[in-house]
Amino acid sequence: MPMTDERLWTRVQSFSIDQLHIRIESLIVLILLGALMAFLSPFFLSVSNFMNILLATSTIGVLAIAATFVLSSGGLDLSLGSVLGLSGVVGAAVAVKLNAPMPIAVAATIGAGAAAGLVNGLIITRAFVPAFIVTLGMLGVARGLALVISDGRVIYGLPDAMVYLGQGRPLGIPMPVIIFVVTAVAMHVLLAYTRYGRHTLAIGDSENAARTSGINVDRHRLSLYVLSGALAGLGGLLFATRINSGDPTAGITYELTAITAAIIGGTNLFGGRGSILGTMIGALIMGVLQNGLNLLAVQSYYQQMAIGAVLVFAVFIDQWHVRKESRV
Amino acid sequence: MSFLELNGITKSFGPVGVLHGVNLTVGQGEVVGLVGDNGAGKSTLMKIVTGMYTADEGTITLDGASILHNSPGERRNLGIEMIYQDLALARQQDVASNIFLGREPVRKVLGMSFVDRATMKRDAQTMIDRLGARLPAINRPVGSFSGGQQQSVAIARALTFGPKIVIMDEPTAALAVREVQSVLDLIRQLKDEGIGVILISHRLNDVLSVTDRIAVLHQGRVSANLTTSETTMTDVVSAIVGGADMAEAAAHESRG
Repeated sequence: MPMTDERLWTRVQSFSIDQLHIRIESLIVLILLGALMAFLSPFFLSVSNFMNILLATSTIGVLAIAATFVLSSGGLDLSLGSVLGLSGVVGAAVAVKLNAPMPIAVAATIGAGAAAGLVNGLIITRAFVPAFIVTLGMLGVARGLALVISDGRVIYGLPDAMVYLGQGRPLGIPMPVIIFVVTAVAMHVLLAYTRYGRHTLAIGDSENAARTSGINVDRHRLSLYVLSGALAGLGGLLFATRINSGDPTAGITYELTAITAAIIGGTNLFGGRGSILGTMIGALIMGVLQNGLNLLAVQSYYQQMAIGAVLVFAVFIDQWHVRKESRV
Repeated sequence: MSFLELNGITKSFGPVGVLHGVNLTVGQGEVVGLVGDNGAGKSTLMKIVTGMYTADEGTITLDGASILHNSPGERRNLGIEMIYQDLALARQQDVASNIFLGREPVRKVLGMSFVDRATMKRDAQTMIDRLGARLPAINRPVGSFSGGQQQSVAIARALTFGPKIVIMDEPTAALAVREVQSVLDLIRQLKDEGIGVILISHRLNDVLSVTDRIAVLHQGRVSANLTTSETTMTDVVSAIVGGADMAEAAAHESRG
């Protein structure tokens, strides 16, 4: 590459990181992928299909936000999918079996996720067990607990007020999409423009730097796992209200897709870098990929393979970048 | 006179005793050298001052008030800053983020506090200019800078918030000759401004040229408390190694 191009590229890169907090390559990939799908399927370019993509992305997107916060702080949350399943079941049980009013059932759903996150965070920060192990354990425990609470059966028949959160369409826009977009904007602001967000990145970058600057690292870490759990709970709410039931098997392997979306969006697997806007592009790439494969009638088994392959490829690109930069 | 006062500081890590009743004082505008062999307990002692470690026994007072129960963040706010040997920088963050880490200025919008990036950048640039440091760009990640440039950022972080005591752990170990001189000049400048400085260094020439007093740590105890103007390289080296006649080693240090 000639020198001027190199310099222009660097400027575009630094502009994107500095101002928009997104990675330009992932935006290009999203556009190319969209163009390819539009070329392959006549149904792709339609308003209703775009709403489908956003609707399908909303649950994964909320989990991907959680993954971005935890990963960029140098942590890891493998329990996202299981906690989603657990909180959906808890919410459905509270609403259906206890006949609780809608706000209480919603609070119970998100609260169940936050509680699981609190357990994760306490064991990680107080007992010094690595996040990988703790959240892997929670992946099993939360799933098991969801099956115990529901006795292994799907809990049907949520009250109408709750179903509206998953199936309502004010102004033609699905409620989950509205909830997802509002959450994403709020979380983007939190990560990019507040002290809480700056400290999250600093802890992921160098725990030592954060600690010596007087940041209470353990308390911050704990709060991040609670936030992650609460967002998984919100994902559980979106999922359960959309299918009008608490399914104990909901969200299996969702953590894989969520972490992949975050990494495609430019989150550093080892912490210190990440943005919600970038992650949203990553989540849309995953959404478009799945939607496109559906439109092309590709068997869902292959979709799993595609997601796994994309994850490895995204980390490869990320590491390639890091190695290139450290050589400079 | 003495502003920071440490009395009878004792610290063990499990069965390993590191500090055995250390006393140390630093006055305003006083530069104190803290020297000693590797493992003598210098860094541990300083981490007890900044609050990273908790002392088993002993008292620490700043301007007469005990700071024993203050968190590291509170001690920074009281004016105790430390420049760490490994610099303790967040390498993927830019200059302003590092300088203001943990103390970001905020602006209230609709009752919520947002980090004021514009003020951060402006003040960071002012501080970097005041230090006379040359950085490629203030909005680049500090990990892309050279060692000396990273050192400048670490120093700027310690000096931006009006410190009263600055602890420097081996600030010249990784620097070129010209950069060493500017760090020593900076220490003299801090002294003139009435800031107390504790300088940890293996470069005894630097310590002898810039300090008022030298405290020598030997196996967790202060083995000598020397007034720099009345001391020689031989005295210092001999105190560091534990009292033996080390004239030859001292001569070597003088030459080096």
